[in-house]
Amino acid sequence: MRINCPCCGERSLEEFTYLGDARKTRPAGDAAADVWVDYVYLRENPGGRHSEFWYHGSGCQSWLVVERDMTTHAIFGVKFARDAAIAAVVHTS
Amino acid sequence: MAKSPQSGTDRYSIFTVLREALRGHTGWRPAWREATPKPRYDVIIVGGGGHGLATAYYLARRHGITNVAVVEKGWLGSGNIGRNTTIIRSNYMLPGNEPFYEHSMKLWEGLEQDINYNAMVSQRGIINLCHSDAQRDAYARRGNAMRLHGVDSVLLDAAGVKLHLPMLDFTNARFPIVGGLMQPRAGTVRHDAVAWGYARAADRLGVDIIQNCEVTGIRREAGRVVGLETARGFIGANRVGLACAGHSSRVAEMADLRLPIESHALQAFVTEGIKPFIDTVVTFGAGHFYISQSDKGGLVFGGDIDGYNSYAQRGNLPTVEDVCEGGMALMPQIGRLRLLRSWGGIMDMSMDGSPIIDRTPVDGLFLNAGWCYGGFKATPASGDCFAHLIATGQPHKVATAFRLDRFASGRVIDEKGMGAQPNLH
Repeated sequence: MRINCPCCGERSLEEFTYLGDARKTRPAGDAAADVWVDYVYLRENPGGRHSEFWYHGSGCQSWLVVERDMTTHAIFGVKFARDAAIAAVVHTS
Repeated sequence: MAKSPQSGTDRYSIFTVLREALRGHTGWRPAWREATPKPRYDVIIVGGGGHGLATAYYLARRHGITNVAVVEKGWLGSGNIGRNTTIIRSNYMLPGNEPFYEHSMKLWEGLEQDINYNAMVSQRGIINLCHSDAQRDAYARRGNAMRLHGVDSVLLDAAGVKLHLPMLDFTNARFPIVGGLMQPRAGTVRHDAVAWGYARAADRLGVDIIQNCEVTGIRREAGRVVGLETARGFIGANRVGLACAGHSSRVAEMADLRLPIESHALQAFVTEGIKPFIDTVVTFGAGHFYISQSDKGGLVFGGDIDGYNSYAQRGNLPTVEDVCEGGMALMPQIGRLRLLRSWGGIMDMSMDGSPIIDRTPVDGLFLNAGWCYGGFKATPASGDCFAHLIATGQPHKVATAFRLDRFASGRVIDEKGMGAQPNLH
């Protein structure tokens, strides 16, 4: 598997660190307990497309959002996490 | 009304082997029937792997529930029961875990006689190596916790390790071997034979094993399970047990459940066969590497999961390199060997690294999942405890901690102390 970093170009997997589901948003500190349980513990864990955080630690040190197929490992898109977050805010506002 | 698993001519023994030798092996029956689904069962188990087949066997054997089907989307034993590194051990520390895994070890010790099948259970021991004083302290604590639960453990110093494992590299300056924790009763089991043996024993008690029968829906009425939609039509049952390992989230989703589980790929490897080299199981404590030698002579080894969500039964090269580096740090002479095969399985990585054997919010739907990469050793106890839960509605006494709601209540069982990061367990 190779990830096409928007800054560094296509790079091998060992340069990256995985964090997990990028669609989870951190609840407010005073949110209800079940909202926090959902955020910390529950996962969609889809068999197909999955939007996820990767950190390019051995490259540009950017946080990325990678759209990837869980079964085939095909990668559909890579963008900076910052841009993805801004897009999400624009989309919901 | 459970019958004996095998009666009369069908029982494997030296006498049947001799008899069949004399009559040209014409008397053997298939180990299990090709069952056609009945319209309805008392219990359906989803997943024809080790845990599912063991559950069906113990339902019939211990609880007399024989109107049971095991439905499997592929072929019997096509998942992790045939993809692991065959290690059995009960060297856990936490109170929620240790009695369960020791129960499993005791079942392994009597398994072959119980199911009348040679699973090649070999109690050749395990040695977990430690490479620093802090790690030795942690192993001393673990060994003490094991002994408090009545489990065997021996703390070895470097000389003690050398006595058992003279082939290790004791000159490694970065990761010196300062000792190890040994569990003499641990060992290995022929993994496929576990699936085949449980399948045969369950079949003889009347359990229907239905292969190539993918579940496509969980039919519910008023919040209760009434049956399963499958590739071979609707099958009715008031009690359904899920034992789907890496695909647990996918099947649970059919009942609108979200689980505290991520699916990750774990790779394992076997080398070409060589003469006897390692007579125990060894784990490298400074990386993640575990190795034993199969009876055919191949070195069977593995390491960490690939570290990102995956449903592909294969992994990537950086992990292959990482695992082999661990092996080379421990025993450099294996660098001369060629890898014969590598393979991958999909692990149901739970959020605290421990399993779930519990009811679900859907009446009649039971869940057995979250085995991470420790499911093989748990197979007999998992089946026994899951069967107990399905038959009686109450958790087995050694599996009371494996609750689905422990993540919400804060009673997580985090043996490794990693927190809710499945790729780090």
